[in-house]
Amino acid sequence: MISGIQHFAFCQRQWALIHIENQWRENVLTTEGNHVHQRVDDSGFDETRGVFRIVRSVPLVSESLRIRGIADMVEFERQSEKCEETVMLDGREGNWKVTPVEYKRGKPKSDDRDIVQLCAQAICLEEMLGVKIACGAIYYAETRRREQVMFSDSLRLRVKTLVAGMRLLYDENRTPRAEYQKHCERCSLISICKPKWSAKGYSKSAAAYVKRFVEGGEDQSDDC
Amino acid sequence: MRRLLNTLYVTLPDAYVGAKGETLIIRSDGVKEMQVPIINLESVIVFGYRGVSPDAMQLCIDNHVSLVFLTPYGQFKARITGETKGNVHLRRTQYRWSDNGEQTLLLAKRFLFSKIGNARVSLQRTLRDYPDRVDQDRLKSVLLLLNRQIREINNSQSLDELRGAEGLAARSYFSVVSEQILVNKQGFSFKGRVKRPPTDPVNALLSFLYTLLANDVTHALETVGLDPQVGFLHRDRSGRNSLALDLMEEFRVYFADRTMLTLINRQQIFPDDFVRKESGAYFLKDDARKIVLTEWQQRKRDEIRHPFFDEKIAVGLLPYAQAMLLARYLRGDLDDYPPFFWK
Ligand code: SF4
Repeated sequence: MISGIQHFAFCQRQWALIHIENQWRENVLTTEGNHVHQRVDDSGFDETRGVFRIVRSVPLVSESLRIRGIADMVEFERQSEKCEETVMLDGREGNWKVTPVEYKRGKPKSDDRDIVQLCAQAICLEEMLGVKIACGAIYYAETRRREQVMFSDSLRLRVKTLVAGMRLLYDENRTPRAEYQKHCERCSLISICKPKWSAKGYSKSAAAYVKRFVEGGEDQSDDC
Repeated sequence: MRRLLNTLYVTLPDAYVGAKGETLIIRSDGVKEMQVPIINLESVIVFGYRGVSPDAMQLCIDNHVSLVFLTPYGQFKARITGETKGNVHLRRTQYRWSDNGEQTLLLAKRFLFSKIGNARVSLQRTLRDYPDRVDQDRLKSVLLLLNRQIREINNSQSLDELRGAEGLAARSYFSVVSEQILVNKQGFSFKGRVKRPPTDPVNALLSFLYTLLANDVTHALETVGLDPQVGFLHRDRSGRNSLALDLMEEFRVYFADRTMLTLINRQQIFPDDFVRKESGAYFLKDDARKIVLTEWQQRKRDEIRHPFFDEKIAVGLLPYAQAMLLARYLRGDLDDYPPFFWK
């Protein structure tokens, strides 16, 4: 699941709660808002405007990463010349440059979770179309801006590392323990994760709580 | 903590539940009585025989709303829930631990600590609030015994020992429940718990409330991915929700017994709100059942500070909070299972 990368990049536990325990997927979808997606989730939608051809809800797969998913939108731009960044399209003339575009409801994040998700989409498209994709774009509804993302080697490496980490946890079917950090306060799953209940260093002792009860009862026997 | 959603109780005997778009529609005699958006619901409990349309079932399943069928008198018939959630490893651990003597004993003790501790608090409250209207000596002697039984349970080496100690505590607690009934004492005389069937109004009311509680607890366990059928204190028996029975121990007094007392003492329910069947069994009449359900829903909206994690939550979320803590303990995130201690 490519969309999982954004969760994994944000917090491994968040990803595991959503994708391994599949408990709260609907919760996340509602909080992270599919409103922007509604417009986009129109599989097979295909429109051409001038030199641009836009295809929405594109199924993606990568053999090398062993992931699949769906791109919100892939933009093809007609180029005057053929190069390693262009492909031919069935039934259409010319050479087309490929750009994945992702819609996000919010604004640009301080971490790289949106960027890695887009990069994973790009890697899939590269394999599927036999093309090279140097950059993509993320449209943020809140700022109404389209941000360009360069797929550098280090970003690609980061994606591979994240995917490997996801696979490891997935195979072990393991949810990592919470580590309470600043980003928890921004996490849509905080009420389910309850990081302070069990995070290392924050964990309350349930054993002490039970012990207080048993011993407290002995004290009380005097007042009655 | 997540949002407390409503339970829809369908009590009209000839009601039929259908669906339209994202809403459930309750019809009685073909007339629309009610229309509820599915997103506001946690579960639907149908008392009656007319049933639910396949569309409505589908809508419930898709929205993780559990659907429970009870007889008009509140006896459990069936429940429909969507796909199992959660981690298969969690349930494996649950099964393994349920076969493990040490873990079983530990958890069984926790459930019973809570049960007896909460019974103790209930009696203490009655003593505090109505010192002149109750037999103080009787209540105090039961409190002493409950304290002793908590120690007995703590020292128990086996489930049998534990059950013996619990049985004694439960009998003596129930022996003074009638002390806590302050009005209509004649019609609400109560000598002890009688289950199948309940042979007096108080037992009928308790049975009904325990059924409601069992549904809430079962649903909470399913929500966190635990298997309600595999328990620790209660052992597997096919068709029995043993883990739900385990977890219910923590809430019997706090939810059900106290609600029964409130309904009787505030004179919301009267002795003639019950019908006596030829068999000698007592059941709530239709209108009274609605009063009980309303009070139950109301109760769930109250807030309480959770004794372990020290946050305010709706009372209705307590079963869910405990199910979650139990799952945490099974997963090794907590060093013990902290049951619910009413304070
Ligand atoms: S609350 Fe914190 S630890 Fe828990 S899932 Fe969210 S970010 Fe991760």
